[in-house]
Amino acid sequence: MNGPFDFTLGLADDALIAAQRLAEWTTRAPEMEEDIALANIALDQLGAARLLLSYAGELEGAGRDEDALAYLRDDREFRNALLVELPNGDFAVTMAKLFFLAAYQVPLYTALVDCADERLAAIGAKARKESAYHLDHGALWLKRLGDGTEESHRRMQAAVDQVWPYTHELFIADPAAPVDPATLRPAFDQTVGAVLAEATLNRPESGWAPGGGRTGVHTEHLAYLLAEMQVLHRAHPGAQW
Amino acid sequence: MVDPEIRVVTIDELGILRAVEEDPASGRVTVTITPTYTGCPAMDVIRADIRRALAAAGHPDAEVETVYSPPWSTDWISEAGRAKLAAAGIAPPARVSAPGVVALTLAVRCPLCGSPETEQVSRFGSTACKALWRCRSCSEPFDHLKAL
Repeated sequence: MNGPFDFTLGLADDALIAAQRLAEWTTRAPEMEEDIALANIALDQLGAARLLLSYAGELEGAGRDEDALAYLRDDREFRNALLVELPNGDFAVTMAKLFFLAAYQVPLYTALVDCADERLAAIGAKARKESAYHLDHGALWLKRLGDGTEESHRRMQAAVDQVWPYTHELFIADPAAPVDPATLRPAFDQTVGAVLAEATLNRPESGWAPGGGRTGVHTEHLAYLLAEMQVLHRAHPGAQW
Repeated sequence: MVDPEIRVVTIDELGILRAVEEDPASGRVTVTITPTYTGCPAMDVIRADIRRALAAAGHPDAEVETVYSPPWSTDWISEAGRAKLAAAGIAPPARVSAPGVVALTLAVRCPLCGSPETEQVSRFGSTACKALWRCRSCSEPFDHLKAL
């Protein structure tokens, strides 16, 4: 199965691609407070991504730093789950993605704190408290929209239904990893069950479970995202602010 | 040295500064800092400010190291730091309780009029570490450094 490099790269890419997608909302969110919130959450994800990418580069030992890994890989070399690369959709879809990602990252980072790898443990201890805020934020919006008007309920349910199949990839078993993702599923299910119930939303049936992100087989959406994220660095190698 | 984003407190009072050590043999100074939030964009400015201050004090080869463990929490903010935040209109965070103890959400007092009748407008504010609040007594909006 995957070694520590692939595992760390997977977590790093989840955070990096989530940050890039969330940043697309900047100046476009439905209200100013939400604009600031989404940019802040994107910044937290980017912070975790930088730590994880730097560490992945050290594990690989091929001289690649965080910039080389972020800007000079093609889509087939990215290891993020498909969930984070999906387009933002409407606000409800963005919130469904944010909520499911946070409901996975909180138990993930918490479990990392006690893993054998000291660097991952330190990153987990730092990131889990930030992720707890993301989870809270996503859960509040699911409840507000799900238990809101007929229209907001309809659209929030549609968003949950649309995103749900992509959550399964997050928990594909990897017993050799510092934290086996399969062990995070009960905590995720508990959080999701409680919030969906309070939001008067139905939990979708589990069936179709698209995957491939962890092995570099992505949706058509990732390459476009990377083109935008990487264009400056590729046009001006080594460019700095 | 003041924090570049909250310019009323020093990086020592905020708990960002962990250690300053001078090698007795070479005289080289090493400064250890830790970020409040992983993505805090002020870290590069803080590193540059430290190097500039030490260069001005006769240490042009000073090293700045960043550590992540133990993770920063708002409990690292000193009493003096809390008082200065409040004086600048930023409500300081409550003490985070020990692990395993469930924290009670206490009212955030308005730093302007002292009223506990306040409400959260948004849990994310002008910087990563702040939330936006409003006072129901004096109607003024204010920043709250959120407990982490």
